[in-house]
Amino acid sequence: MKAWDAIVIGGGHNGLVNACYLQRAGLDVLVLEKNDWIGGAATSRELTPGFLYSNCSYVCSLFRPEIMRDLELPRFGLQVISYEGGAVFTRDGDYLANYRDHDAHRREFARFSKRDAEAYDRYSRDVTRQCRFIQPLLMRTAPDPTSFRPRDLGELLYLGKKFAGLSAEEMALTLRFWTMSISDFLDEYFETDVIKANFALSGIIGTALGPMSPGTAYVLLHHYMGEVDGSVGAWGYARGGMGAVTKALAASFKASGGTIRTGAEVDHVLIRNGNAKGVVLAGGEEIYGKLVISNADVKRTFLKLVEEKELPDIFLRRVRNFKIRGSSGKVNIALDSLPEFPALPKDSPVYRADMHFTDSIERMERAYDDWKAGRWSADPFLDMMIPTTLDPTTAPPGKHFMSCFVQYAPPKLDGRDWTDADRDGFAESVISQIAQYSPGFRDRIVHMEVRTPREIEAEVGLTEGNIFQGELTFDQLLFNRPVPGYAQYRSPVGGLYMCGSSTHPGGGVMGAPGRNAAAEILRDLAKPTLHMSPAHDVI
Amino acid sequence: MNHHPTIKPSTDARTAAQSHFRTLRLGTPFQPRIDALGLKQDWYSWAGYRAPHSLWDEELEYFAIRSQAALFDISPMTKYRIEGPDAEAYLDRVTLRDVTKLKPGRVHYTAWCDDEGFVLDDGTLFRLSPTRFRLCSQERHLPWLLDSAFRYDVTVEEETEAVAGLALQGPTSFAILRDAGFAGVERLKVFDLAEFAHDGATVTISRTGFTGDLGYELFVPADKALSLWDRLMTAGELRGIRAIGYTALNRARLEAGLIVANADFTTSEHAIRTDHLRMPDEIGLGFMIDPDKGHFNGRRAILEARARKKLRHVLVGLEIEGNIPAEHAIVYYRKSQEVGLVSAAMWSPMAKRNIALASLQRPYGDTIVDDLWVEIYAMRELQYQKLMKKAKAVPRPFIKLDRRTANLPADF
Repeated sequence: MKAWDAIVIGGGHNGLVNACYLQRAGLDVLVLEKNDWIGGAATSRELTPGFLYSNCSYVCSLFRPEIMRDLELPRFGLQVISYEGGAVFTRDGDYLANYRDHDAHRREFARFSKRDAEAYDRYSRDVTRQCRFIQPLLMRTAPDPTSFRPRDLGELLYLGKKFAGLSAEEMALTLRFWTMSISDFLDEYFETDVIKANFALSGIIGTALGPMSPGTAYVLLHHYMGEVDGSVGAWGYARGGMGAVTKALAASFKASGGTIRTGAEVDHVLIRNGNAKGVVLAGGEEIYGKLVISNADVKRTFLKLVEEKELPDIFLRRVRNFKIRGSSGKVNIALDSLPEFPALPKDSPVYRADMHFTDSIERMERAYDDWKAGRWSADPFLDMMIPTTLDPTTAPPGKHFMSCFVQYAPPKLDGRDWTDADRDGFAESVISQIAQYSPGFRDRIVHMEVRTPREIEAEVGLTEGNIFQGELTFDQLLFNRPVPGYAQYRSPVGGLYMCGSSTHPGGGVMGAPGRNAAAEILRDLAKPTLHMSPAHDVI
Repeated sequence: MNHHPTIKPSTDARTAAQSHFRTLRLGTPFQPRIDALGLKQDWYSWAGYRAPHSLWDEELEYFAIRSQAALFDISPMTKYRIEGPDAEAYLDRVTLRDVTKLKPGRVHYTAWCDDEGFVLDDGTLFRLSPTRFRLCSQERHLPWLLDSAFRYDVTVEEETEAVAGLALQGPTSFAILRDAGFAGVERLKVFDLAEFAHDGATVTISRTGFTGDLGYELFVPADKALSLWDRLMTAGELRGIRAIGYTALNRARLEAGLIVANADFTTSEHAIRTDHLRMPDEIGLGFMIDPDKGHFNGRRAILEARARKKLRHVLVGLEIEGNIPAEHAIVYYRKSQEVGLVSAAMWSPMAKRNIALASLQRPYGDTIVDDLWVEIYAMRELQYQKLMKKAKAVPRPFIKLDRRTANLPADF
């Protein structure tokens, strides 16, 4: 029976990135995807005729350009379009916009506070400095601080040198940045509620923490260190929806000879004498492989796909305690026309940008209080956008697809599972919020898909529906991600690797975990990695 | 289960200001006049305003400064109104120079630093009365100024849009002001200011400028801008007054050896790379520091850097052989060791020399001033002509015009 060189469990973006690099290194690679479609959380599907739903991830910035280039993704159809900034609607019928033009941005902020308008440069300088510190770490395997191997020592030295290269002030800021709350951080720059709320959004997205929880400042950084074609911090739409990212990856993979099987759910990893030998599918079919790489999160991989007896106790305990808490949901809506927002002038570029309705940190924190109490937020925070205003490919002309990321939604309600009725109540909390700012909104809805953590876990396989495969808090970053001692994509089982967002450098449609894992695997196989570009320079 | 906050209608001026997104480059209060003269339609963005690089001919615009009188719109410059019983003490604490020595009716060129002693900006401080000042600068500093005002009885207000500004520079500028009826303007010595009646309001005229020439700057409420422009243009018609753009002004300021924030040095709030931060001594502003005046922001760090000889850079004027401008050329020691960069360069029509401003790594430019070279890449018909030219550190300004300081100024 055939034994593949490598079997990748899960056809998400990281699984596919990993598979592409391995296949291009000359391995014979099989990707197994449980759904009948590929993409994981980077997918776009026609859920109602004419409308392509990017029903999980919805915007693109973090995806590493080195990977796009190595894997020739433009040739396979990937195009990322920058979009315009965004706005927070205020309760007094106004809005605060973010414009791409520096001076327009300042003037807009000055409508609310002249002081805050002029504080933006310093804020932006400090955030940029921190991003420049972290960016080069994304495409490197985190060092193991307990190891004395030359490579780990070298990487530790690299980290240490980078840190020592900072001024005393920067060093202090770095440590604060990695540990403080986004609310406290913003208080050091701004005084206006809506302006702080505007920036705080990036600190809590996908995170089961409130804006006042320590550690959320780093989450903001995580959302700033991306780029669209060199424009650092910019966000864009993948033309054709986020599925275009994984479609291009799959096409690149197949073009280099790789094989993808959909509708192939892995039941467990086949292990003999502590070494992975392949997988067993849900139907009982055994597939053999010399290596098994899991794109699933660390909990799903080691608590569901691997038998407990194969794993050391401490490892298991740490995996069980890994924080991967569901905190968000999504409402995806097909609209028969562009919604109107009376607060927004009709010619405002904000229609083509992200829109929010939570105009104070206080409201965000209250929304988080509901999560702690085991309820979905009565006054949720939405990250809402209408990508069809820039990407005409995902809805019929004149009609629109709207993506609403919703926070907070707990994995369990009061300790019990979500029901369909709960899901509808959750959706109503979202629709009624939008309708408050957009009269007639309900009448424009053609079709709607509602995804609570229950649906996200069931379909995509993300434990608790956590979009990052694990919280991006400092205790779970770098050499502690996912667990100490196993931060280099390897596991206690020989030949079993991890390549998902549970690993360094974490979540978002970035591709770096998949690529870094491939580098480690090829190192173990003593194969060259010449087809893998090093990280672009940060100059 | 849903508890959305009620949305209340907004009625105030904030909502009225929304429409700015339709005009990404605002006009200044003088824009109707400048647009009419902007034959080249050659605009750039000065802090979000539509400002002219050149209106009709950058070279002739330059000669208007040196031979007649040039009118240059400085409205986009950031302006703060600082007022209160503690205004003097406050500004003495915030800025480098001794503000207690700045008498009402006087102006001085100054700079201010963050707590680490790095320059936040340079600018001009106008003392309009014992308790009222205007601070003009390139960048914006409201949070810094407000935070520094803690425990001072002072108000700080940004008034960039409310106040229009004009620079009238050149040999005939005095005669024009006199002919325009600003009686008493002849009494203004360099760095003096006085208020004059104009169109039912007040115009503040100071004998200041950015050209190294005889010249004045005029500040007026925005709604009186056009009548002031017309008054000057009418009075100046027979004395060669011309409106000019930034390219001409930039040449004049370079001859005068004056620096521009974020062109010749990076201001502290814009320096992402911390090795680009500069202390006053590193950009030629060391003369502003008065260690005896009491505490000011950055004092401890600056004095420590001086004592420990930790100043790493120096900004110098260079005189370069030949006549090819060395803009952004790398500066070498002994033709091989890279020691700095030219930030601005030109052939000076007034000095008939090839001049430049450069930032060098000490000791070059400081104690080692010989054997400096610049490598000029001159693009000629899609080909670089590479020139290695000898450079000499020279004192600034590159030109000194007696008419700039003459009392009383002559008609031309």
